[in-house]
Amino acid sequence: MALLRAFIAIIRRDLILAFRRRAEMLNPILFFIIVVTLFPLGVGAQPQLLQSIAPGIIWVSALLAAMLSLDGLFRSDFDDGSLEQLLLSPHPTSILILGKIIAHWLVTGLPLILVAPLLAEFLGMHTDALIILLKTLILGTPVLSLVGAIGVALTVGLRRGGMILSLLVLPLYVPVLIFASNAVEMASGGLPVDAQINILLAMLCLALVLAPLPASAALKMSVS
Amino acid sequence: MFLIPKPVGKFFHRMASPPYFYDFTGRLIPWLSWIFLFLVIAGLYGGLVLAPADYQQGDSFRIIYIHVPSAWMSLFVYVVMAIAGGIGLIWRIKLAEIVAISSASVGAGFTFIALVTGSLWGKPMWGTWWVWDARLTSELILLFLYLGVIGLYGAIDDKRTASRAVAILALVGVVNIPIIHYSVEWWNTLHQGPTVTKMDKPSIHISMLWPLLVMAVAFKFYYVIAMLQRARTELVVRERNSQWVKLLLESK
Repeated sequence: MALLRAFIAIIRRDLILAFRRRAEMLNPILFFIIVVTLFPLGVGAQPQLLQSIAPGIIWVSALLAAMLSLDGLFRSDFDDGSLEQLLLSPHPTSILILGKIIAHWLVTGLPLILVAPLLAEFLGMHTDALIILLKTLILGTPVLSLVGAIGVALTVGLRRGGMILSLLVLPLYVPVLIFASNAVEMASGGLPVDAQINILLAMLCLALVLAPLPASAALKMSVS
Repeated sequence: MFLIPKPVGKFFHRMASPPYFYDFTGRLIPWLSWIFLFLVIAGLYGGLVLAPADYQQGDSFRIIYIHVPSAWMSLFVYVVMAIAGGIGLIWRIKLAEIVAISSASVGAGFTFIALVTGSLWGKPMWGTWWVWDARLTSELILLFLYLGVIGLYGAIDDKRTASRAVAILALVGVVNIPIIHYSVEWWNTLHQGPTVTKMDKPSIHISMLWPLLVMAVAFKFYYVIAMLQRARTELVVRERNSQWVKLLLESK
């Protein structure tokens, strides 16, 4: 059970660190809200139009917010050397990294889900679609964090990793975006969306099992 | 190792040595180039002259002799890159790393050619340069994956580390390519259904098929030639401080 204790300790530590810097925690949410606000200004405020593209807007914005928040996943640990300590520990690195990813999702992914209903209201989304939107966000944003962790682990050693990170990570986000926004669109049309939800769930399971492995290999490469 | 015949194992051991690889591929490339030239001339002659014009598309179908082989190669090269990267990652064979990264730019080139020829064909056939067809979209995303690999390699200064990073990324990409491909296909069929973009596939006539297959083989040879030339350059750059490269430069 030492592994479980280490796993929980990692999550606890990262959550405490995040709460010590509450201002930084707000940034992804603010970014999310601002990007969604920009769309009506850009495409025009016709309710009909906004309603039809709302799922896409919210999901693309959530995706960008998740991607921009990724940099904080390993950055401070890399700078102060605690990442090396993490890799030196006797426990499997991939499990410990999974802990870090979960903590990161709790700090950056969960708030997105909490503000999503507000934004859905801005864009005039129906209640049925809203429920599906929340479901897809609950299933989809952890996948974004998990897959993104591979990208950050590869680029954490670079001084200017930001642009390259988006180039690496965004193509891998395509399936999540497709199924999630499609599910919401279908739901607003009153169609069943079980298939999309199930596929998102399958992707989450797959990412949960597989993503920490390349992420830990990449971290070892970045640190060495 | 007992499963692998001894001469084969010995061959791979020797190929893992940079001077031997450099020397061997230097002698191999002229042969490959002649075979490539022969195949490409035969394939183009068969495709552009001997094959009859399509009853619907006329002569514009002939672009498939470039388009289809490069689209096949774009996927093939990605898989080769991932396998070579995996070998480099596991056994730390320097040459596998070099083969992986040398494949990336060639593969990106094939992907780009497939996209450009596809859109050139699409203009007269569909009346538009670009449609959000499932295949086009997944090919575009494949191009982004290649560019990510090349960008990551360029961003890391230490090239051994960069090779490992690229190998991990390529392996992640290989797992993702089927998922991306099927999700894009599903997205497309759900949105609009196969209307304009569905190529009805009558079983292609043999006179049109053989040039296509010849071209596909020719493209394989082209890939090997281009990849080996890049690999040789990369090898010399990486090994510039070693004795054999100094001897090589002196002898030139």
